[in-house]
Amino acid sequence: MEYLMIIISAIFVNNILLAQFLGICPFLGVSNKLSTAVGMSGAVCFVMTLATIVTFLLNKYLLLPFGLEFLQTIAFILVIAALVQMVEIVLKKVSPSLYQALGIFLPLITTNCAVLGVAITVVTKEFVFGSASHLLNLGESVVYALSTAVGYGIAMILFAGLREHLAQNNVPESFKGLPIALITVSIMAMAFLGFSGMV
Amino acid sequence: MSKLSILTDGFVKNNPTFVLVLGMCPTLATTTSAMNGLEMGLATMFVLILSNIVISLIAPVVPDKVHIPVYIVVIATFVTLLQLLMQAFVPGVYQTLGLFIPLIVVNCIVLGRAEAFANKHGVLESALDGIGVGLGFTLSLTVIGIVREILGSGSVFGWKFIPGDGILAFVMAPGAFMVLGYLMVLFNKYLKK
Repeated sequence: MEYLMIIISAIFVNNILLAQFLGICPFLGVSNKLSTAVGMSGAVCFVMTLATIVTFLLNKYLLLPFGLEFLQTIAFILVIAALVQMVEIVLKKVSPSLYQALGIFLPLITTNCAVLGVAITVVTKEFVFGSASHLLNLGESVVYALSTAVGYGIAMILFAGLREHLAQNNVPESFKGLPIALITVSIMAMAFLGFSGMV
Repeated sequence: MSKLSILTDGFVKNNPTFVLVLGMCPTLATTTSAMNGLEMGLATMFVLILSNIVISLIAPVVPDKVHIPVYIVVIATFVTLLQLLMQAFVPGVYQTLGLFIPLIVVNCIVLGRAEAFANKHGVLESALDGIGVGLGFTLSLTVIGIVREILGSGSVFGWKFIPGDGILAFVMAPGAFMVLGYLMVLFNKYLKK
């Protein structure tokens, strides 16, 4: 039951893009075309889940026992940067086709605040389940990271679809480009507000 | 380029929010009121100035291959410093801004200025650039905060001048995107040359 609540909450109710404002820069940057949006979502999905596992273990077995919580920010960003590099190297060797698909998006992910945001959230925020609240354990953290990434993908792919249509329309000069995109996102965010209160 | 123009470029010509479109996450998330926007802007400016100064000093000796990780560590150090200072002196503000203080590390403005400006210029110029871009960012966030606070709760900096509840949507997520979108339209129309 708790897992189901985490999944629904992370994908729809607290959608990382439309409700929490994390990872907006790549969202606006690569959502021009549907195919790049799909590639980016795949890469985020992969890295976010992996980074959450690694940072969770790092926090639990290295930072907490030695009282080094204040190093969380530095440690996490370094781990994520190193991890992205490693994933790139491993993918290149093991699965060239996947590397081809995700390749150009991987380096961008280091500066995607959604990845660091989720890593920090799972180790610091108490999640509320009914009347009780507690920090997530490893299994729940992985589910949370994975469903957050799915939510990211859904919002991104829906928006890329809208934006492809938008490109063919005649938009007033000062609205061209980002302004009209932001207003479109605003309407999408309003639709996602409808999910609030579900969990 | 004169010292003064380095300082003032960040306000309009290189405005981080409306022209460079960098650091969108804190811009959207923390501008629920004018005060929150101002505080987030100042917090980012603190990191921006200090990291610009240090990076302009160390840039000549950092090997090119590892410069990005080195810069990130410098920035992360100042962010940690900021977190500790804020926890000690302004715990209320630290609570409100929450996750977005540690996330200054991945704010593209800070790394962007390090890459585009601080590693090629002297200490004084880099400090001025940090102040200018930091002020431009603070200004944009405060303006967005003011608009959202007026529409969302009928007040400015907590001073209520429109009775009633205001339009809740403007304090929530959709309002953030909408206000930024329309402000960008106005900026494009009247300020961009």
